[in-house]
Amino acid sequence: MKGIYLLDDAIISPLGFTTEENLQAVRNERTGLTNHKNTFFPAEGFYAGIIDKSKLASAFKKLADPAGFTKLEQMIILAVHNVLRQHPETDLGSTGLIISTTKGNIDLLGSNSFPEERVLLGELGKVIRDFFGFAQDPIIVSNACISGGLALAIAKRFIEAGKFTQAIVVGGDLVSDFVVSGFQSFQAISPAPCKPFSKNRDGISLGEAAAAIMLSKDPANTNNIQLIGEASANDANHISGPSRTGEGLFKSIRAALLQADVSANDIDYISAHGTATLFNDEMEAIAFTRSGLQQVPTNSFKGWYGHTLGASALLETILTKHSLLNNELFSSLNFDELGTSEKINIIKKPEKKKLTYALKTASGFGGCNLALILKKGVDD
Amino acid sequence: MTSKSLMIKSYVHIRNNKIFRNGKEIFALESGLETDFLKQAYKKLKLNYPKFHKMDGLSKLGILATAVLIGEETVDPTTALVVSNSNSSLDTDLKHFESMKNIVSPAIFVYTLPNIVMGEISIKYKLQSENTFFISNDFNGHLLKDYSEILMNSARAAAVVSGWIDLKNEEYDVFLCLIDEKGNIPFSAEKLEQLYRFENE
Repeated sequence: MKGIYLLDDAIISPLGFTTEENLQAVRNERTGLTNHKNTFFPAEGFYAGIIDKSKLASAFKKLADPAGFTKLEQMIILAVHNVLRQHPETDLGSTGLIISTTKGNIDLLGSNSFPEERVLLGELGKVIRDFFGFAQDPIIVSNACISGGLALAIAKRFIEAGKFTQAIVVGGDLVSDFVVSGFQSFQAISPAPCKPFSKNRDGISLGEAAAAIMLSKDPANTNNIQLIGEASANDANHISGPSRTGEGLFKSIRAALLQADVSANDIDYISAHGTATLFNDEMEAIAFTRSGLQQVPTNSFKGWYGHTLGASALLETILTKHSLLNNELFSSLNFDELGTSEKINIIKKPEKKKLTYALKTASGFGGCNLALILKKGVDD
Repeated sequence: MTSKSLMIKSYVHIRNNKIFRNGKEIFALESGLETDFLKQAYKKLKLNYPKFHKMDGLSKLGILATAVLIGEETVDPTTALVVSNSNSSLDTDLKHFESMKNIVSPAIFVYTLPNIVMGEISIKYKLQSENTFFISNDFNGHLLKDYSEILMNSARAAAVVSGWIDLKNEEYDVFLCLIDEKGNIPFSAEKLEQLYRFENE
């Protein structure tokens, strides 16, 4: 089966408003996680990746009056704008728009700065569609923490089925009191910046970001990365905890490899979900080991960005794309000593290495799991 | 990708205190002292699934609807779930939001995602399969038809449970159908739209 091509992309995050700024920060091991005051952490505050509102507004001002748009809308519009700017030839009449988010404009609950219905994800979709003038209604995916990666899989499936020849996938989520209070009630938030896969990991850090990418059935002239395999499977085990055996993730990886027609031995790099909760990281280590991927260099980007929820798997796929293009492995920030029962290979230092195939994984509440296989180059 | 001829095997509606299977009423809440429709429907369907009582409204609706849709039949373990609505998990979001003034409960927070209902259905029927939750302001038969067809034609799923489970402020609207290679109703976007708009007398 032929893949689809990952063309130009954009990242809006605390680490910068262009992909290049973001890559530079990751290269320099500069984190976006800083201490913030929060009513749910009255004493010590908490670490999160939060985009400065006034910086965002001044970047957005070049496009429109920030007062007419929520913070998340500004982030998403900027991301889509940055992609479209690189593709001025784009026909918005035939280009698909796929939006992934878990909570959308949830920060509008209890506020009266926008009409009440603006909290609905369908309204968010309308705002984005109308801003740019896409002809088709956007496809909106809300599937917990795999949303951003699932949106890429959905784009591939629709492109393969001939429903459109190209699509923009955009994902975004906020750090809101709504989400902070919820994860805090699970005691899932680390008091320090999160430490994925480490022995002393003690929970997640939250983050906000928007990321966007153009997908096409046709390659670009140079620098091509393809999405050649994708699969998702539910654990059918628990709604708020991962399967102890990593069953759903294992199944997703197996199906994605099969579809891509590559073996575990071909995979050069894994961009894991790596939230830094005890159970998630342990489950992933088990699933990778069961899949024969124990030796493959693996990292999590959560140490830089925190968990950006419905944006995370998309954001991290974009970073993976650039890892492949630049033959560059990034370290797994804040990693100290391996803290999973299976011995997997966490990247400790950035490294230049020839890379061809990468695996991106994600898992989320509701028992969902996702695996994507990326490949560098164009098929003959 | 092969092109299979897909059929609608069965369908269910839950609306206005009534449950319909293939267009025929199978349960209606008697007017009387008991007003909890979901609980009475659970009793009537003899679900015997105590976890039901811990679920939020959206998940209860999904469990009731799939119980009617699937019944005692065995479903293929690769049966995919493709569900949509307009209000996402807003009903439970508002409960979590209210609780933020006092004590926040993880048992409520976990339901503040629309795909949790698919997680509950997956657990009940042991479906380690593809799950996708779409949000649209209105029922979108074309989206559900296209995506379900892709999943089945590409052998990602042997069957699909697809439709609409929406809930806000006690107002609910449920339509699910089981799409399979066997069945009597030819599967199309128009047919989905028509069945969704079915109105009981």
